[in-house]
Amino acid sequence: MRDEIHKTKKGHIIMKKNKSVMVFIEYTEESIAEVSLELVCKGKELAEKLQVPLEAIAVGFGANLRRELIKLGQYGCKSVYLIEDERLKHFTSVPYAKAVVETLQRVQPQIVLFGATTTGRDLAPRVASALKCGLTADCTDLQLGEHQIKGQTFHNTLLQIRPAFGGNIVATIVSPEHSPSMATVREGVMRINPPSGNEEHRAAIVDEKVCFDSSSDFPSEVIEIIKSERSVDLKQAKIIVAAGMGAASHEAMALIKELARVIGAEVAVSRPVVDAGILGHDHQVGQTGTTVRPTLYIACGISGQIQHRAGMAESKRIIAINRDPQAPIFSIAHYGIVGDVKDVIPKMIKAYKNK
Amino acid sequence: MTRKKVRPTMKIIVTTKQVPDTHNIVGDAMRPDGTVNRSVLPTIFNPEDLNALEEALKLKEKIPSAHITAITMGPPKAMDVLRESLYRGADDVVLLSDGRFAGADTLATSYALKCAVQKLGVFDLIFCGRQAIDGDTAQVGPQLAEKLGINQITNVCEVVTVDEEGCTITVKRSTEYGEEIVKSKFPVLITVTSSANDPRPASAKRMMIYKSIGKKSDAVSYTDSAELAWTRDLPAPYINYIKEWNLESVDADPAICGLNGSPTKVKKIQNVVLVANEAKMVSGDDEGISALIKELVSEHILAG
Repeated sequence: MRDEIHKTKKGHIIMKKNKSVMVFIEYTEESIAEVSLELVCKGKELAEKLQVPLEAIAVGFGANLRRELIKLGQYGCKSVYLIEDERLKHFTSVPYAKAVVETLQRVQPQIVLFGATTTGRDLAPRVASALKCGLTADCTDLQLGEHQIKGQTFHNTLLQIRPAFGGNIVATIVSPEHSPSMATVREGVMRINPPSGNEEHRAAIVDEKVCFDSSSDFPSEVIEIIKSERSVDLKQAKIIVAAGMGAASHEAMALIKELARVIGAEVAVSRPVVDAGILGHDHQVGQTGTTVRPTLYIACGISGQIQHRAGMAESKRIIAINRDPQAPIFSIAHYGIVGDVKDVIPKMIKAYKNK
Repeated sequence: MTRKKVRPTMKIIVTTKQVPDTHNIVGDAMRPDGTVNRSVLPTIFNPEDLNALEEALKLKEKIPSAHITAITMGPPKAMDVLRESLYRGADDVVLLSDGRFAGADTLATSYALKCAVQKLGVFDLIFCGRQAIDGDTAQVGPQLAEKLGINQITNVCEVVTVDEEGCTITVKRSTEYGEEIVKSKFPVLITVTSSANDPRPASAKRMMIYKSIGKKSDAVSYTDSAELAWTRDLPAPYINYIKEWNLESVDADPAICGLNGSPTKVKKIQNVVLVANEAKMVSGDDEGISALIKELVSEHILAG
């Protein structure tokens, strides 16, 4: 989609007014995914700066779907475009992409945000390919700003900020010449503002008619869904005790679990520990795991590779325990203890019990 | 892209990428100012593309007539991943290489790959790695599927069954909520995660056969088939050269290739620098740790 743009005499280019900011809402297990609420709150902030409406789009089927979507009004969402069909109960790529593409072509928002979930990372690229627009994956921040291309200045362009190159660089990506600008955003990165609590604040549901062909639009058949509850919810944890390869032994892991139990913390690990099969991926903090910002993060035997730091650097307090005084983790820690995890942790448990 | 009821050969395409080894940054790659010097990083076969190739090879073990083509887009040096694919068991390989493809974002990359896949003709399955470790976008697979107008199943951690007669594949994909068993008719593009398998090593026999294989450009304007220094008349099913295709070979529109065809632009790159912090060093003895715990309790960071 080439953008409808106004060109001023000075060659400045301004986005056509009123084109909305839109958020794709993931609806699973009869509720709206947390990441979608996070994006609605970020979308609200962007829409206010642009002085345009905040809208949402939802695809699916469920008894409570409409009721839940109406509540998005309490987060500042004006309207929700809904494609509801029994065959869309479970996500599959082709019909979901068709529903979103047709709606976006009609509504023409200027910004579209998706959660960087397995659904969002499957759907968004397919949609961007059909619309021939830009898409930036796994953003950790979104801002508005100017961008110049060949002497033309684009105002209020979406600045999409993401780690790249294994987390070793942070890139700012723009796509001002094509509309919409699309981005996926990692879960847990944006904050949820509390809802207004006023039931009068209702999002208007706009039913979108998309014609599906049963024989060609549903090439994937979901045969079975195997639910495995997340055994740990690191995002909600106030205190996290995390183990790296320097604490991956059976003995050290037992001490870490004991410390976590005593101080009321969750146990997390770095990626190599997951790769070694010691704990599951749902315990992993870092770029390819969960992003956390607890009040206290105790990093035990974690060297502090950039991929790990990307997922925990915003913790309010960080205690690092490592034998290597040069370990990069000390550069972001508030408290550093140079020593062996197996010596230090029992002392912490003892000190806490005797406090 | 319709498939006849019965065909003698199952056609599988595997997309591969040569990437800098971003996960093992050591030694010279770290500059004194704390930033990464990308130019000295070694290049490797993108790890999850090896998992994609392995799924294709596992299928070929069950269906020996299956034919696997590995394809990569990149500079001539990217031939390394194609050689590596041949060592492991790919039947044919294609290098998609042209300066006009350079600077492509995922949209322009998927367009160029689509043109190459179409030149390869009818196919049943495309296996891609879930994502590449340099960009970590996971976008090229789904975008290639969209451009080819075929189905996609992403984040696949297991191929459950392949029904050659019925032309269907059943896979397990992992999600935030657990796993899904999904079945699709051919043709379909599957993106494979690292938990799907342990890629096999190169075969010593195939390494001997292919270690110095050269490339041969099929572009008419290209007169450098002299690059094909390695000429051996290997009997079928072995190939004698790596096919090199450029923009004209795959009939791509230059306006939507490379930097020209990329809607996303990089506005700014910041190197992540290890910032020195004023970490308060605590002694590891009972006294030091006790004082630390007391401080955290008094600040209500730890429960009292």
